[in-house]
This record gives sequence, C-alpha cells and structure tokens, in this order.
Amino acid sequence: MNTRLVGLMRKEVLQIVRDPSAIAIAFVLPVVLLLIFGYGVSLDAKHVPVGVVVDAPTPQTQAFVAGMRESPYFDVREYGGIAAAREAMQERRINGIVWLRGDFSRRALTAGDAPVGVAVNGVDANDARILEGYVQGVWVQWLAREARLRGGRLALPVELQSRIWYNPALRSRDYLVPGLIAVVMTLIGALLTALVVAREWERGTYEALMATPVSMREILLGKVLPYFVLGMGGMALSVAMALWLFHVPLRGSALVLFGSAALFLLAALGMGLLISTAAKSQFVAGLIAIIVTFLPAFILSGFIFDIRSMPEPIQVITHVIAARYFVAILQTVFLAGNVWSVILPNGAALLVMALFFLGIVARLSRKRLD
Amino acid sequence: MLVFEDVTKRFSGAAGPALEGLSLTLEPGGIVGLFGPDGAGKTTLLRLAAGLLRPDAGRVVVLGHDTRREAAAVQGAIGYMPQHFGLYEDLTVQENLDLYADLQSLPHPERPQRYAELLRLTALGPFGARLAGQLSGGMKQKLGLACTLVRPPRLLLLDEPTVGVDPVSRRELWAIIERLVREGGTTVLVSTAYLDEAQHCREVVLLREGRLIGQHRSAVFTAPLAGRVYMVPAGEGERRALQRSLEGAPDVLDALIQAEGVRLVLKEGGAPPVGAQPAAPRFEDAFVALLKPAAAGALPAAPRAVDPPSDGEVIRVQDLGRRFGSFAAVKGVSFAVRRGEVFGLLGANGAGKTTTFRMLCGLLPPSSGSLSVAGVDLRSAPAQARGRIGYVSQKFSLYGNLSVEQNLAFFAAAYGLTGARRKERLSRALCEFELTPYRCVDAADLPLGYKQRLALAGALMHEPDILFLDEPTSGVDPLARREFWQRINAFAAAGVTVLITTHFMEEAEYCDRLVLMSLGEVLAAGTPAQIRARAVRDDLPHPSMEDAFVELIEQHEAGLRSAA
Repeated sequence: MNTRLVGLMRKEVLQIVRDPSAIAIAFVLPVVLLLIFGYGVSLDAKHVPVGVVVDAPTPQTQAFVAGMRESPYFDVREYGGIAAAREAMQERRINGIVWLRGDFSRRALTAGDAPVGVAVNGVDANDARILEGYVQGVWVQWLAREARLRGGRLALPVELQSRIWYNPALRSRDYLVPGLIAVVMTLIGALLTALVVAREWERGTYEALMATPVSMREILLGKVLPYFVLGMGGMALSVAMALWLFHVPLRGSALVLFGSAALFLLAALGMGLLISTAAKSQFVAGLIAIIVTFLPAFILSGFIFDIRSMPEPIQVITHVIAARYFVAILQTVFLAGNVWSVILPNGAALLVMALFFLGIVARLSRKRLD
Repeated sequence: MLVFEDVTKRFSGAAGPALEGLSLTLEPGGIVGLFGPDGAGKTTLLRLAAGLLRPDAGRVVVLGHDTRREAAAVQGAIGYMPQHFGLYEDLTVQENLDLYADLQSLPHPERPQRYAELLRLTALGPFGARLAGQLSGGMKQKLGLACTLVRPPRLLLLDEPTVGVDPVSRRELWAIIERLVREGGTTVLVSTAYLDEAQHCREVVLLREGRLIGQHRSAVFTAPLAGRVYMVPAGEGERRALQRSLEGAPDVLDALIQAEGVRLVLKEGGAPPVGAQPAAPRFEDAFVALLKPAAAGALPAAPRAVDPPSDGEVIRVQDLGRRFGSFAAVKGVSFAVRRGEVFGLLGANGAGKTTTFRMLCGLLPPSSGSLSVAGVDLRSAPAQARGRIGYVSQKFSLYGNLSVEQNLAFFAAAYGLTGARRKERLSRALCEFELTPYRCVDAADLPLGYKQRLALAGALMHEPDILFLDEPTSGVDPLARREFWQRINAFAAAGVTVLITTHFMEEAEYCDRLVLMSLGEVLAAGTPAQIRARAVRDDLPHPSMEDAFVELIEQHEAGLRSAA
C-alpha cells in the first residue's frame, strides 16, 4: 500500500487516540444516548393520572371504576364533583377526567347509550390520544362484562380481535434503541469528520499538507478510512448494548445489519467531508453538521416520529435524509427479520446517497486554497 | 528555477488585486529575500509558487513545470513552509517527522540517517518523544522547517519563518537555512518582516501593493543612499528628544534611535546637522526611503499632558511569583517603573513576560510577592487600579465585524465614558490616530498597522496614565512600527508611563530602562547601555542589544543546566 496513505492514516489514528473530544464523540456520547433512550425515555403511557367523577354511585359505576383501577395504564383518583376535577386538571395533577353522570346506570342498561364524559388534556397530543384509546378499551370491556352478567352477549356490530406483531409487549425501547444506532453513526460519520477537517484548516495543517506531493484522493481516503472504522466500532458498540443490555431482539441477519450500516456510514462520511469543504472553522462546521445531519437523523428519520404521520411537505423532505432509509432497515432487521422488500429499496437508496455525497466531495475538493 | 510571467491574482471581496502584472525570474542557488510592507502580496506570491493558488492571468513556472497544469510535479520538488506551519500538535516530534517522510515518500532505509541529520541541524534530538504542542515557539518553527526538509527540496519556500520567534531561535533558524544552501545546494525564497535579515540574502525582491519595486542585490538598493546616512551621537537620556526634533526637520527622511545615538537618513540633497558622522547605509534605510509615503513625516499630535511629571514610582513589583500547577512561570521578579518612563520587558519565548503582564494588569492573581500599580495594591483593589491602566494584548482584542467607529464607541462605553466627554474622546481618537478615513471599515479588514493603531486608540480611550503593551509590533511592518514608536514617545513625553514587551531587539533601544527575563527570572535590569555592557567580551567589544540578549540568555541557560 502506498506510504503516503499509510502515513496519513497513522496520523489520524494517533490523533483520535490522543484527542479526548474524538473519544467523547465516538464512544462516550453514544453510550450516554443509548442509556438515556434505553432506560429514561419511554413513549408508552402507563400510570397516567386520571380523575374520575361519579355523580350517583351504583354497582354499575363501581364496576366501571374498578375496571379502570385494574388497568395498568391509569392511576385513578376520584373526585366528589366535576368542579374539583377540573381544577385538578388545570393544575396538571391529572391528565384526564372520566365523568359518569347521574343517569349513567339507567341509560347504560336500557338505552345502551350511557354517556361517559371524557375530557383529556390535549397539551401533550401524543399522551392525549393514547389516553382516549385506553378509556375506550375499558368501556368496551365493561360493557361486555355487564352483558355477560345479564346472561347475554354484547351486541356490538364489530368485535375487535387485535394482536400486536413484532413487538407484542409494545416496549418503545425495542424500536428506539435500534433507531438510535443511526443517530450514533451520524455523530461519528458527519459531525466528528466535519470537525476534524475544519480543525486542520484552522491550525494550518491542511495548507502544509497540500504543498506536499500527496494527492487529494489520498487526503480524502486518509480521512474516510479511519473514521469508517471508528464509525463501525461505534455501531458495533451500540448493537452490543442493544442486544445484551436492553435485550432488544435481533430477528434479521447480522450481515444485513452491518452491510446497511456500512452504506449509511459512507453517506454520512460524505456529508461530513462535504460540510468541511464549505465550513473551514470548527464552530461553523459543528453547527452545520448538527443542523443538517444530526437533528434530521433524530427528528425526520422515523426514529421517534412516524414519517407517514408527518405533513406532506415534510414527508417529501425526509427523502433526502439518509438516516430515514437506515432507520427503516434497522427497525425491520431488529424487530421483524430479513424483509427484503424493505431492505432492498432502502439499501439501494443508501447506496445512491453514499455515491452521491462521496462523488461530490471528490469533485469539489481541489488541492488549492482559492 | 522560478519564473513569474506577468502574473495577476485577485481575491473576491478584496478591493485591489493581491498581485498585479508581476514578472520575476529566480536563478538557482542561494537565498533570496522577499520584502515588503503588510499587504504587499508576499504570501500570495509564495502560495502561487507552491501551486496552492492559480494565477488569474500570466503563468508561474517552477523548475520547468507550469503550476497550473503540473502542480503535483511542482509539489514533489519543492518544500513550502506556510506562515503558521501546521504541525500536528497532538503528535510527537518524531511522529510529525514520520508523517512528512511518508508524505514525501522517503524510502525507509534512508530515514534513520536523514532524521539524525535533521535533528542535529535543529537540535531537537532530545525532544523526539515530546508532543509538538508542548514545544516553545522557536522549537515549533524549527520542527516545521525540519518537516519541510525531510526530503531535501530543490526549491524551499519559507513564509515569514522568524515571526514571533525570539532572537536566539531566530539566529538558529538562519544558521540552519544557510547551512542548507551551502551543503545541499538548495535555493531558498524567504519572506520576512525583519529588514536586518536582508544581510543573509544573495538577492532581495521588494514588493509593494502587489507590484514589484525591484529585484537586486541589497547593495544595489542601498547605493543611492550613499552620503545620505548619518549618525548623530547622543547620550542615553537625550536620544529621544533629539530624535523628535530631527524627525521634524525638513531635510530628514527618517530618524531612528540606535545604541550610539540617532541614525539619520536625509532626503536627496539634504544637509546633515552639525556633529553628524557619516554612516554606511543598510537595507532598512533603503526600504524606508523607497516606501515611506510622501505625506508621512508629519508628527502625530501630542496628547494632552497628564499630571505634572514627577519622579514617583508608579509601578512597584517585589518578589513576584506565579505558578501553574507545579510549573513556575514567574519566579521572584522585582522591578520598579517611574512615571513617564518607557520600560521594556524582554525575553525569549516562554520567559514569563506575558504572565508578568497579566499580573500587572490584575488579570491574573500572583502566587507570591507584592505589586502595586499607580499606588494601588493590586491584590486588594484590582478594579481601582484597572481604571488607570490601558492594555493592548498581543492579539489586539478588536471586534472584527464592528467598524472602527463602533469599536471605539464600545471601548468608550466599557470604560464608562458618557455624554460630552465620550463624544470628545471619540472624535479625538479618530483624529489623533488618523483613523477618520477608515471610520466605517470593519476592524477585520484593516491593514495590520491600522489594527494596531485602533487597539491603541481603544486602550487610551479613558486617558490612562499607565499603558501596558504586549508585543504590539509583532508581525507589523517596519513603517508602521516607526509610526507606532513616534506615538509611544509622544505619550511618554506627556507623562504617560509605558510598559512594553517586544521581540525586536532594536526596539529595546527605544526604552529608557528594561529588564531581560529568561525562564521566569530577571537576568539583567537597567538602561540599554548597561545591559549591553554586560555582554562585552574581548572578541566583542561593542555588542548590539541582540548580541547581549543572546549572550545573557545562553549564559543563564547553561548555568541552569550545569546546576541541574
């Protein structure tokens, strides 16, 4: 192998090893993010504080409230009147009110249209929708039991028999942690790479480098190869934590996982190098990298928020976010298995993006200062 | 060797071209010096020669290769050391050398011998395992040079290799370069702001505002000055007054304080004053004669006199010490400065000058000892003392994206000036420092000399009676430096006390008294003549300030080594 490239790579490795900020971005930050998302963040609603107001207690209302108390989703607090419950909601002590009016029992048993007033605090829209669904579930169960007690069958036109596939326990950790791998690799591939190249501009090392016989291709390869290895290391660390610390299942093949990760990492490296051709100070490079690579990988990749529920224009934008394709593959390979109809098109998109960004970098990088 | 054919280079955003219609041919062999004021285009010329910039018009041919088409071939045959040579600071000395040996594809069998040669040449041998970031400024420059020389280049381009480097390291760097030319047959093109370095050069290329003024042996430049250079002898106490009076004389082009008196360059046909003795012209005289703007020479307006001058000591430093962890940056330093004195602080890189300065300004608490400034103990009332001092830091501390006027308004506000006084100080600053034409220009776009003026104007906004200047002239061209000293002398005459650090040994002569520091200690204190006298040896009966500096510091360091 050519000595110039070897020299450049050796230099890069020595710098990574000696620079605490590189180690922090490559290893400490991923571990912190994984711990936060693995243990701290949960998108499931459990033990939601809910106020219950019963205007006229009867055996039926008692059974209904008991049904709510049994559910792991609610933390039931009873209030004597609707006014007190409203006040509690205003003060955000409860997230919703279930109001059984005075004629609840009579109408439930005769007309079948007993009114359950449900008020939900919509400040957190996500929580609100989940809460609404749960109350409905309790309501249907209660109706069924009442019907059984009276020896009949509940005459619902449609009966739901739902089964949840791939993540039956509905643990949000199981899809957050795989998605996080895309974020971690963006940190190393784009942010760290953009920063180290900008640092070379700032310290004047690039100017000295460029006046030597080394070619631009060697300079670029000398950056891409070490950070590729580092990025794959960060990925392996994240996968290991996902499997053995958070017990996320891996249903697809590891080969697909690492293959798609390699493609994504190349795209991220391309973006990082592209940023550094434009931004020659660490401050600017860091900001651009965070805004155009890190934040989109977080918000627009489908890692936390489902892309299909985004507004149309935003959905269009997500098509240029490489992380979106990688997150789709990650969640599929971890939770569903080798679903080729997902893996192939997304993998192809990653390949195109990697070629596109690296190609642009190779074209734009000139061994000149003007 | 190197040919520029009618080369023009513009940068977008700049007002004029950086180089315009420049033609130049360099014969092989020897050292060629590249001189010119700030903004003359020296760095652009070197970058064009290294193939790092592409000429807008004309062509650059290096060793037979056109830089536009064959940049790779050019870069394989030259060595280029940029102004801020990019050493990898988290790599050791040896690792930096290894990297450049790899980049230059130096075969492995040749390496041990070449490394040994380079380390001997630069005396960096004992520091092979040290991180480059922990070397002193002079050692970094030497390592940068060694990296450039890993594979002996046929043409070596050096961009201000001696800026910010103390006199000891500067001599060593020149020794290395001269040896290289003698033994390796390398041709060297070197830009520099030190005019005395013309003595090392076979030929001098002089640029101004992107145009070639001349390319000759330095003797050709000085020839027209024969009979126009004189020395007016004067004692130490009278030199400054004499210089001021001579500077204003109609026949005088330039008046400069030197060890023995005041050096004069007369205008063409000018008559020398009584008692003046003829002196041999040097390159600096020619530089000033060729480049000094015709309008200059008018003295800057003298500032208002502060309190009537008296002999009181305004700064007293006793056994001052400062430690950073286990490292003692300043050890038991004592001196006193009288009102209206220009007091110099000299020393090699890392001697503790800047640390001492920061303690004097109340920016850094001392670890031991006492110091009072303007009669106030800095340990008990730093804010009160700071109201009476002005401080110009090495980096000038200007807001680059504010205009000259906005910068001044900021300084005025920071010092709490209001109303009519603020207005009066602002307009006086613009006028006194001749900044009015630049009032709307962003500070970042000013020529270096004007940046320095602006920084000085800002530090004087609240009319302090003590002025601290930390290497204010580093990297500033000789013309701007002359003007700067005219102002400093005017302040001192008006009773302002000035404390200054500098790397330029000739500037040490401008001081009334000075201390010489090394490794955190004071080696010598006194008037320039007293300090020079300490270095007198049989073989060196009249040492210059630079000789004295080198001699005293080497003695001291040798003493420390033998003690250890």
